[in-house]
Amino acid sequence: MVAQETFQFFSLVEKMSAREVYGKKMAEIGSKDERIVVLTADLMRSNRTGDFQKAHPERFFNVGIAEQNMMGIAAGLALDGKIPFVSTMATFATMRACEQVRTDICYANLPVRIVATHGGLTTGAGPTHYGQEDLAIMRSLPNMTVIAPGDPNQIGKVVEASIDWEGPMYIRIGRGGEPIVYKEEYKYEIGKAITVKDGNHLALIATGSIVFHALMAAEKLAKEGIQARVIDMHTIKPLDKETVIKAAQETGAIITAEDHTVFGGLGSAVAEVLADEGIACKFKRLGIPDLFAGYGEPEYLYHLYGYDAEGIYAAAKNLLK
Amino acid sequence: MADKATVERLKDLACEARKNILRLCHKGATHIGGDLSMADMMTVLYQYGMKYDPQNPTWKDRDRFILSKGHGAGCLYVTLAMAGYFTMDEVLAKYREPGSPFGEHPSGEIPGVEIATGSLGHGLSICVGLALAARLDGRQNRVFTLMGDGETQEGSVWEAAMAAAHYQLGNLVALVDRNMLSLDGETEKLMKLEPYAEKWQAFGWNVEVIDGHDIAQIVDVFDRLPPPSANQPTIIIGKTVKGKGVPCMENDANWHAGSIDAEFLAQCCAELDAARERERGE
Ligand SMILES: Cc1ncc(C[n+]2csc(CCOP(=O)(O)OP(=O)(O)O)c2C)c(N)n1
Ligand SMILES: [Mg+2]
Repeated sequence: MVAQETFQFFSLVEKMSAREVYGKKMAEIGSKDERIVVLTADLMRSNRTGDFQKAHPERFFNVGIAEQNMMGIAAGLALDGKIPFVSTMATFATMRACEQVRTDICYANLPVRIVATHGGLTTGAGPTHYGQEDLAIMRSLPNMTVIAPGDPNQIGKVVEASIDWEGPMYIRIGRGGEPIVYKEEYKYEIGKAITVKDGNHLALIATGSIVFHALMAAEKLAKEGIQARVIDMHTIKPLDKETVIKAAQETGAIITAEDHTVFGGLGSAVAEVLADEGIACKFKRLGIPDLFAGYGEPEYLYHLYGYDAEGIYAAAKNLLK
Repeated sequence: MADKATVERLKDLACEARKNILRLCHKGATHIGGDLSMADMMTVLYQYGMKYDPQNPTWKDRDRFILSKGHGAGCLYVTLAMAGYFTMDEVLAKYREPGSPFGEHPSGEIPGVEIATGSLGHGLSICVGLALAARLDGRQNRVFTLMGDGETQEGSVWEAAMAAAHYQLGNLVALVDRNMLSLDGETEKLMKLEPYAEKWQAFGWNVEVIDGHDIAQIVDVFDRLPPPSANQPTIIIGKTVKGKGVPCMENDANWHAGSIDAEFLAQCCAELDAARERERGE
């Protein structure tokens, strides 16, 4: 598949919270589709689903602090024709309730939409609250679609697209306060990567909150005459293989960057495509190394582990040496 | 019955603990509501009820404590500092600094912290394991944990409750900070917990219900704990007020977490001191 559009402009200052966008969008589409139900586990205020609760109290379930029960209830609701949007933090959604997600939701191929907040290291609240393995875990589940929107506004488009999408979905957003990448209107399709910036010297494939960092790195590289292609790989599964293959063939050098362990997430997914296709190219995965990340704000941690704009820039220079 | 001198000493310490909790909340956001509701039980636990040696945090015969409601890290740091594991200055200097172990949830790297917590509903199971290990080793130490009331909506808590009674773990003592609020609001409106004491009784526990802010009652409940060799675990349900001691925070879920400015900090500390003075005069 060919990338749909190329964006040359992005905002450096505007920040937005995907949680706010999600909350507003749910209240809006909740009125259009009676099948939609919203669940949370004592995190309504955090998930920003209060507007939906006010508008549709009968279709809103705050089950208390009980994530496993919540996933099971969502499975039951979906089994009987509802479209449940289930929210909690990424760590609790994917690990506490993992078997309910796998066996009750994925095995039965039910249209449950898990909107997981505080993905990656965005909480800064320590390893107990980090979702640093969620993409790997969710990607390994049959039937599951895995998405990490490329900027805080994109969640709105994902929610809209999700209504007609078959099977379960894992949608990972951050804590909030992430920069906006897309200033102009654009077309969003699940499973189709977006080339945010064109270039043929190397390709930076990023997902979620790191798309912005990849763009910043590309800007810096451009000043030195290095044209980096920046790809927003918002759908990690099913992966847009054609875009990956094309990037490898046209640039010969790929860096993946994600706010996630380097094992099993975006980097692994891209590496699998290249290996399966027998494509040899320069390649580097950026993300959290094999450790429990420390405490600190995301900017500090992204820098520490080398996948902020500076880290991506340095890795690009190194790769092209 | 708790003697007056002990109670007065503990009340002074609890007042100091609250001021330290607020100082920390000024340094960076904490889960202030829950920190304040657990402060009295934590003070009596560490300054009266528990056996430990801050100079030797790994002493084998120490009583173990696990903060199952890990978001109460602020109160835990203050309690451990006042118990001598490190200084309050160190906590204030390091809280929420990049790379510091003193984060929003406690890290196992901190002296006196047995294990990292923060994901709710884990502590009681770990305590069952610790209590079994103590019994296997023939040690007389107790194992304590503190849970949030909302936390006990987690199914895992009841799996552990069943196991603790089944294994007849008299050396296990759980406390619940029953402040009637979780993050989104009232536990009884979100996911009803009552009849609460009866639930624990039905699970086979020795149940104590106290006012979790009445220092004398907390002392008394520790005094009458069954010996570690008893055949039943004990749960202490402390009826508390989220935000206790700061009037505008009391019983308000909006103060589940947050931070305060210097002016408000000074005002709160002055009010706490004044309230303590009035109490002393009574
Ligand atoms: C498994 C899990 N789910 C959700 C959360 C998010 N969370 C943190 S504190 C909290 C509310 C806790 O309420 P309660 O246990 O009553 O504690 P307290 O009132 O003492 O603050 C929630 C839902 C969490 N830390 N762990
Ligand atoms: Mg509570």
